[in-house]
Amino acid sequence: MKQIQVLGGGCSKCIILAEEIQKAADEIGVEIRVEKVTDYKQIMAFGIMTTPALVVDGKVMFSGKVLKAEALKKYLK
Amino acid sequence: MNGKICIKWLAGLFGVIGWVILYWHLEEISRTCVSLLSNYVPILQEGKRAFDSLAFFVYDTPKVLMLLVTVVFAVGIIRTFFSPERTRKMLAGRGAFTGNALAALLGTVTPFCSCSAVPLFIGFLSAGVPLGATFSFLVSAPMVNEVALVLLFGMFGWKIAALYMGTGLAVAMLAGYVLSRVKLDHLVEDWVWEIRGSVRVEEAKMTWSERIEAGRDAVKDVVGKVWMWVILGIAVGAGIHGYVPQDFFVKILGADAWWSVPLAVVLGVPMYSNAAGIVPIISALLEKGAALGTSLAFMMAVIALSLPEAILLRKVLKPKLLGIFFGTVACGIMLVGYLFNAILT
Repeated sequence: MKQIQVLGGGCSKCIILAEEIQKAADEIGVEIRVEKVTDYKQIMAFGIMTTPALVVDGKVMFSGKVLKAEALKKYLK
Repeated sequence: MNGKICIKWLAGLFGVIGWVILYWHLEEISRTCVSLLSNYVPILQEGKRAFDSLAFFVYDTPKVLMLLVTVVFAVGIIRTFFSPERTRKMLAGRGAFTGNALAALLGTVTPFCSCSAVPLFIGFLSAGVPLGATFSFLVSAPMVNEVALVLLFGMFGWKIAALYMGTGLAVAMLAGYVLSRVKLDHLVEDWVWEIRGSVRVEEAKMTWSERIEAGRDAVKDVVGKVWMWVILGIAVGAGIHGYVPQDFFVKILGADAWWSVPLAVVLGVPMYSNAAGIVPIISALLEKGAALGTSLAFMMAVIALSLPEAILLRKVLKPKLLGIFFGTVACGIMLVGYLFNAILT
């Protein structure tokens, strides 16, 4: 079970990213738990400056962009 | 593998050549289309109002859209060289004037989406970028953007586009500079300062194919979002072009109506999402007698003073500072409006 956090103040891009990561996980059969972090204090604790950002098991994978499910798969392996 | 890359580059090269040739002959092609149409449809004959409107629409739409795709693609690539992290490093600890000037300039090329305004604001402050320089950045980043510049260039020529860019940068520098002269740090929400120092971001290295991909993504993202507004805007502009009488706007939007500049700024604030559609409309307004200064002020207000961004920034700025910030920028924009109305009459 991988812990996924999507960082972002609730903009439409963050929602899309959360959907895409779920899709990617379903496709490769990895179990994940997605949490949306919308509180800026918590977001800033990860040290990012652009949103949305993807965090897998506590580690920031990228920030400031939305990737499609296909491109997200590599972060779940 | 090498052969594949070669073919890709060749295809790209031919694509660019075809693109340039098409753009070069675009006016001819559009003209032929319109005159062909006017032969068959009686209401569209030359000299009729509908003909004027149609011609305006058919000439401008493909031109602006082609320019938009090209420039957004190029800017998308340029932006990969200017990450927010890098910009922040360049701005940290700068003095008042150079800090503001540099921040305004970097604001034009650093990737920025108003949804990231809050983390960016905190990220800047926590790295020691002065508040005034951060404000300069926050003004210029949305205001001097490639969509606005392409539309201005496509519909008014390079002089007005340059004028908009120059005065936009000046407003951003000036507003940030004025704000840096006053001690305002205590008006930033307290929790922002608590984060200070704990922010660290690593920079990712990019390859050229990733940069080109970023350009393509920018086209998909930006053009995909604004093309409808552009067409709608040009259509409304075309309607005004053909049907509104000459000098119609002289009285209400002309240079002699002193109140037109503040009115334009106030009207511009709630129109945030329509920035792409606003330029073509302005082009038609200008043609019918609206003053250039008033029109520029309107456009800057539409783009730079956005309500959604204000709501986001409220999270990090106390209401008073939010008011001071927007008030200062609004004053700068009005100054530009009055200045050009005075010079050009």
